[in-house]
Amino acid sequence: MEAKTRSKVLNWLDERLQVRVALSFLARKAVPMHRHSIWYYFGGMALFLFSVQVVTGILLLLYYAPTAEAAFESVQFIVTEVRFGWLIRSIHSWAANLMVAMVFVHMLSVLLLKAYRKPREMTWVTGVLLFFLTLGFGFSGSLLPWNTLAFFATKVGTGLVNTVPVVGHHLLVIQRGGEDVTGATLKRFFGLHVAVLPILTLAVLLLHLLLIQFQGMSVPPSVQDQEDRMKKMPFFPNFLLRDALGWLGAFGLVVGLAVFFPRELGVKADPFAPAPAGIRPEWYFLFMFQTLKLAPSHILFLEGEMVVFLLFGLCGLGLILVPFLDARSRRGERSPLFTALSILMILYIVTMTLVGHLVKPA
Amino acid sequence: MNRLIMSVLILLCSAGSTLGEKKDTCVDCHQTLNKSHAATVKGMEQDVHARYGLSCADCHGGDPTDEDMMVSMDPRRGYLGVPTGEQIPEFCGRCHADAAYIRRFKPRQRVDQLELYWTSVHGQRHRKGDRKVAQCVSCHGVHGILPGSDPRSPVYPANIPRTCARCHSDAGLMAGYGIPTNQFDKYQGSVHGRALLERGVRGAPACHDCHGNHGAAPPGVRSVSNICGQCHPANRELLGQSPHEKPFEEMGLAGCKTCHRHHDIQHPTDSLLGTEKGSVCISCHKSGSGGYRAAVDMRGAIEGLKAKRDAAERLIVRAEQAGMEMSQAKFDLNEVGNFLTRARTSVHAFSPPKTEEVVKQGEALADTTIQKGEHALAELQARRRGFAGFLVILLAAGVGLFLKIKDVDRREGV
Amino acid sequence: MAPDAALNPQRMGGRRWFLNWLLGGSAAGLMGSVLYPALQFILPPKLSEAVLSSVVAGKVDELPPNTGKIFKFGSRPGLLIRLPSGEYRAFSAVCSHLQCTVQYRGDLSQVWCACHNGRYNLNGEVLSGPPPAPLEVYSVTIREDEIVVSKA
Repeated sequence: MEAKTRSKVLNWLDERLQVRVALSFLARKAVPMHRHSIWYYFGGMALFLFSVQVVTGILLLLYYAPTAEAAFESVQFIVTEVRFGWLIRSIHSWAANLMVAMVFVHMLSVLLLKAYRKPREMTWVTGVLLFFLTLGFGFSGSLLPWNTLAFFATKVGTGLVNTVPVVGHHLLVIQRGGEDVTGATLKRFFGLHVAVLPILTLAVLLLHLLLIQFQGMSVPPSVQDQEDRMKKMPFFPNFLLRDALGWLGAFGLVVGLAVFFPRELGVKADPFAPAPAGIRPEWYFLFMFQTLKLAPSHILFLEGEMVVFLLFGLCGLGLILVPFLDARSRRGERSPLFTALSILMILYIVTMTLVGHLVKPA
Repeated sequence: MNRLIMSVLILLCSAGSTLGEKKDTCVDCHQTLNKSHAATVKGMEQDVHARYGLSCADCHGGDPTDEDMMVSMDPRRGYLGVPTGEQIPEFCGRCHADAAYIRRFKPRQRVDQLELYWTSVHGQRHRKGDRKVAQCVSCHGVHGILPGSDPRSPVYPANIPRTCARCHSDAGLMAGYGIPTNQFDKYQGSVHGRALLERGVRGAPACHDCHGNHGAAPPGVRSVSNICGQCHPANRELLGQSPHEKPFEEMGLAGCKTCHRHHDIQHPTDSLLGTEKGSVCISCHKSGSGGYRAAVDMRGAIEGLKAKRDAAERLIVRAEQAGMEMSQAKFDLNEVGNFLTRARTSVHAFSPPKTEEVVKQGEALADTTIQKGEHALAELQARRRGFAGFLVILLAAGVGLFLKIKDVDRREGV
Repeated sequence: MAPDAALNPQRMGGRRWFLNWLLGGSAAGLMGSVLYPALQFILPPKLSEAVLSSVVAGKVDELPPNTGKIFKFGSRPGLLIRLPSGEYRAFSAVCSHLQCTVQYRGDLSQVWCACHNGRYNLNGEVLSGPPPAPLEVYSVTIREDEIVVSKA
């Protein structure tokens, strides 16, 4: 009976959408098994956490108010009056952090395993764009609770663009919706967080996923010679079930964190109060923040901060262009230089993050 | 030579006057003279009297329309000259004690300043010939007098302490009067002084609120409680009915001042009440006496309420930070704080049963607040139990998934 | 276990059945433990709005004329007064001097603060004493038999 209904449904869909072609293509999807295969899971993990964010985010949207007068109170309302509001809110907060972490791991593993090399350059580019979009989600979302820490962290964060020559001030004013961080800033960030970034992300994500389906999984250069002899696990159902197990674990972790370490409300932001000591951005921006703090006031005739800012901009650009810059992996050769650079970058980020976290502000 | 100078001066004076304006040759001439004369004219620009159209001649007499100094400053034209220190009170009082005259400018303005002055210590000594004591210009200034409502005026309430201190903190000047000169220093560090001078709290008293203004005099021993009672009526009333009232009167102790001091009043802490070092009760009540026991009881009661209040607050903060709705509990906690204030006020009745009554009410409310806090934390535990249940289901799903993977692997030959 | 025994069709059938039930059951449980909170979340709570802009301060026949009562507005006290004329007035009951809770004095027809003798008139304006600012005035509406006080 079951099989009959299945084929009936398939026929109906196939007559209209030719789904059989797609399905047979997907049924052949296989994942190569080698000693680096574990890294294949992280992209899907990021995707799973993103869906958690979308669902909890939509739920929060039912009660959140994006104005300076009511934002904090609405979050308080969610957490205290709405049934399970505390759970949804803390899940959203924890899953955000985990998602950023997974995106970092996924991107860095792809970088080290050189999966960006030909023919997967566009997959890499869309991926880096997704990385920037994720950071954008984090930055815009963190202001929404409108508490003291969020307010001042945003003040510091948006103030950094001022150092960019010529357009710096304009960028600042566009970001903030004015000269200072106000309710106008909140409205912009809210619009970004719930409309602009989701649409952009969905578009880029679609591209990213389609490219992966067409091109299959990349095999790292170190095991490439064994590729023909390698075992290939079918994606459906074997790899997917494993994926699901990982997602289950992640889900349990997120809920556990939400229950035992709920995100605190903080104190409602008061623009006229002095900034409290120890203002820091979210952990994923700490390495940039710490670098800026270490910048000397002047490098040659240029402002130190501006130089650092531009350097980061260049690094971002460099990151996008890695597949085109790494000539050796394009040719299919080993590329130790880029491996070394990647490891250096990882070490730098990790060190700066730790320093930023552990060093008490003056 | 003098004649030459005089003619030049007259020429300059006439050159200075403008056509069409009410002629004021005093101003025209004096502003061209030496520094101190010119400063006088400059100061008058801000003077409150000038705002009402009054000028030099209205106080000093004379004829401001004539450019000839000999005429305009002629006593026969009413010129009074510069009044001496002795003459000043009546000089100012010529107008300021004249109700009909003042009514022309500011009907609500008081006209009893001179009368009050004569009753004050300053006024009485002035009459006896003491030229060191304050008279009108000592506090109000002379040319450039600002109304007391102007923050720049030396008699603006927040500036009064410093104005009085100009003399009263000067040991050299005050030598021989037999009164201390540290009042301002003490006041500066007091709760009233800090409120007025540092925070600008308008309700905080300055010297004149307790000593009077023009009729400044130290309050008599019997009046001290009434004076404090101007702002602290509840305490005054309770003290008046307390067992301290009569003994204080008989011993010549000045009410509130006995425990709280006067110029250096500090914000009272609970340690003021009790039997430990720093408490005032033991300065009279020896160990074992009824008063001693009462102090112990009242202090104990208040400390008990405080402890309960603090415990309730800690619970509520914990629960709130964990995400529980605590607005009713916070509201009640605020009320507990009010009870604490009332309990501290009730101390002035010096009757342990009265204080204990207030404390009991406060503690009952604090108890319900604590209950609410504990209830909220229990709810927190319920969430964790819910999570445990969820975890069981999750683990079951995980195990099932794991086994399914093994199964599928085997089937597919992976 | 003998290598063949695990592949025994009978055992396999039983195993598969158990496995499917375990997976299916726990998946259903998982679905339930996700959908139940989500559904509860979507159902609006009793208090429908976040920013407390109005509260029910009492019932219409609760206060006799020329009396007042303290009510809860969010987490701060409010003062509801019924004038001799029957009209209602409402204010924040937090004294602007040092934040004591004020009260209505019917004998004076004034709002009085017991802490330092501050007095306010029936528009919330300061009459005498140390308070530096008037009391925040709330607006009062009668809805059926309820007195609703809201921020002006």
